[in-house]
Amino acid sequence: MNLEELHDLATQAQAKAKSQEHHVHICMAASCQSSGAADLQKGFTEKVKQSGAGDRVCVKGVGCMGLCCAGPLVRVESTTAGGESHLYQHVKKDDVTELYASIGKKPVERLECPTDIPFFERQQRIVLENSGRIDPEQIEDYIGAGGYRSLVRALTEMSPQDVLREVSDSGLRGRGGGGYPSGLKWATVARSPHPTKYVICNADEGDPGAFMDRAVLESDPHRVLEGMTLAAYAVGAEYGYVYIRAEYPLAVERLKTAIRQATRRGLLGRQICDTPFSFEIEIRLGAGAFVCGEETALIASIEGQRGQPSPRPPYPADEGLWDCPTLINNVETLANIPAIVREGGQWFRSIGTEKSTGTKVFALAGRITNTGLIEVPMGISLREIIEEIGGGIPDGRTFKAVQTGGPSGGCLPEEHLDMPVDYDTLRTAGSIMGSGGMIVMDESSSMVDVARYFMEFCMSESCGKCIPCRAGTHQMHGILAKIARGDATAADLQLLEELCEVVRDTSLCGLGQTAPNPVQSTLRYFRHEYEEKLKADPFAAAKPATT
Amino acid sequence: MPRYPTPANAPPKVRVVTLRINGQDVSAREDETILSVAVDHGIRIPSLCYLEGLTAWGACRLCVVEVAGIPKLLPACSTVVTEGMVVETNSDKLKRYRRMILELLFAERNHVCSVCVSNGHCELQNLAAECGMDHVRVPYRNAPYEVDSSHDFFRVDHNRCVLCTRCVRVCDEIEGAHTWDVMGRGVECQVITDLHTPWGESESCTSCGKCVQVCPTGALVKKGTAAGEMEKLGDFLPYLTQMRGKQ
Repeated sequence: MNLEELHDLATQAQAKAKSQEHHVHICMAASCQSSGAADLQKGFTEKVKQSGAGDRVCVKGVGCMGLCCAGPLVRVESTTAGGESHLYQHVKKDDVTELYASIGKKPVERLECPTDIPFFERQQRIVLENSGRIDPEQIEDYIGAGGYRSLVRALTEMSPQDVLREVSDSGLRGRGGGGYPSGLKWATVARSPHPTKYVICNADEGDPGAFMDRAVLESDPHRVLEGMTLAAYAVGAEYGYVYIRAEYPLAVERLKTAIRQATRRGLLGRQICDTPFSFEIEIRLGAGAFVCGEETALIASIEGQRGQPSPRPPYPADEGLWDCPTLINNVETLANIPAIVREGGQWFRSIGTEKSTGTKVFALAGRITNTGLIEVPMGISLREIIEEIGGGIPDGRTFKAVQTGGPSGGCLPEEHLDMPVDYDTLRTAGSIMGSGGMIVMDESSSMVDVARYFMEFCMSESCGKCIPCRAGTHQMHGILAKIARGDATAADLQLLEELCEVVRDTSLCGLGQTAPNPVQSTLRYFRHEYEEKLKADPFAAAKPATT
Repeated sequence: MPRYPTPANAPPKVRVVTLRINGQDVSAREDETILSVAVDHGIRIPSLCYLEGLTAWGACRLCVVEVAGIPKLLPACSTVVTEGMVVETNSDKLKRYRRMILELLFAERNHVCSVCVSNGHCELQNLAAECGMDHVRVPYRNAPYEVDSSHDFFRVDHNRCVLCTRCVRVCDEIEGAHTWDVMGRGVECQVITDLHTPWGESESCTSCGKCVQVCPTGALVKKGTAAGEMEKLGDFLPYLTQMRGKQ
């Protein structure tokens, strides 16, 4: 396939879409599906069949529209001049008849979801630009939306170095949590003279409350494949893996479909676009161990070994999968690549802040009105995200803390809400950007319980290789449970702090090194909550007074 | 396939680097690790999972050292030296950390020295004495573990295991049987023979006893030993690797 053929395909897809007056888009991401979106699609399809309006009305399942709390979501659009677009929320099976009858007429006000709210207006979509618009199971839809243009153009008009330069220029940093500059990582792999190299897409999203990668893969899987193929072209790899958790069956299914379609179109596989460049992608399912999101453990898991991290250096970029140079990037990082190659690195750099460029996808969860998936430019304040986009705290309660970065992150209180969201500022405040989970808590949450919950998570997800993480998280969880029960003394709190320090500084991998973060950040901002739960030391009187 | 260059498996290189450990200027081959350089120069760095002749594992974290200019602590067993490196192996912070790691180990399983067959010949016990760990501040887990005496000559007592995986590595890398491996996660980890069959019924075990000799504690022992009687003879390993290297 060359650029003209791709262009023809895109024009065909667009013309086909234009030929139908009305479009009914039903969100078919996991969250809407779980509240009955599949029935809606069936209902609408039957209605179209009954009324014989197949040439006028197009019903299709699309990816995530973002506002998961209002699901299932249905968008009814008209392509005619001055065409209207209406978003409907909480649509039930019984509403289908009424909605179908309203197409092209007066909208059903009862179900309408306002789209002029900050939730939609304040977002800037790059990774999610096609999400909720295209059918993730149709490659033609993706091509119609401009997809695979970057790849075909790169393969036919750009050298691998050009692609690499655009990524370096963009200032893109790893979206999986670490925030390592992607350009540097790519350059390290590209520089290696090793004949065999690999590209791995890390889709082992494990943070509680995070669903960014799942949504991207369910809504726009071709985008990730295109990003991976561009990465492979830039670094000189011929083989790639998507390491994805088996708990994401829908994402796995769509990814498989996407790989099959792309291969059939000659956009993946041997001699892509009739150039000498070949790239094949294989899916590897993870059995759900959190630690397998760590690069070296992920590689061990792909190799068929026990999913345990190993000391770095050597870094995967030098010696990774089967001791070959390996590029590992997160789903969201790779999903940014087609846009960067299309618009140029400088364009990407103009978005966000100087050191954290571009946008970031966040999964809003917890005590917040608009639960769902958002994409915002870096540097936006936490207050804008929570109060404007997120719609604030429901039920008239007050905000207490926001947890970013999952079990590796920290809890930030009210006074940090005006802080810009970027990698470095969050780190200074004692939390991390992480992969993008954002859990909002109101005054009813006990911070000791929050810390205990995350420690329990780390304890049960520790692989058991290094002692500080294996035994340390267990002991910290014990002390936190004791504090929560009200049985702990000041000495226990002191021991907890010391354990935090040891586990953070001596653990082998990121899991252990960041496991104390939820405890340390809550101790920093909510120490009184811990102290209120302490009981007096029964032996205090018997101890000699210290001077 | 060894991942990390150790003197045993790396191709010989001639370049020499100089570095400073605890204020002492030392020279080393550029493919050596901090730990092996320190050992060569009589500088003691506590370690538990490391054993000369096996691939470095980097799991016990007792050998972590401070390297000037690097914010993180690095494991001496798997960090290769570089020119001009300034290493500190025994700062107050490191001493405090090592002590805590040992406390965590002692509290994790049942390490009661007085009734242990390895009493007096135990690396864990020696490390505790060396690092001044005289009491344990964290609560003991007191989790019950089984003792497997099904093998004709040897016994595995999981209560004494520190999960250093020396047995796993020696069985895989030296004996080539790969009888041992680890199952479970976190504190529930356990070394197992074959697919968790009793040791005596293991089909892959050659009964060579290497695992017993490299085990630092009283977890893998010879049958018929009473308290304090189990002495390990780990010297065969450096000798064996050296001899094999010469072939």
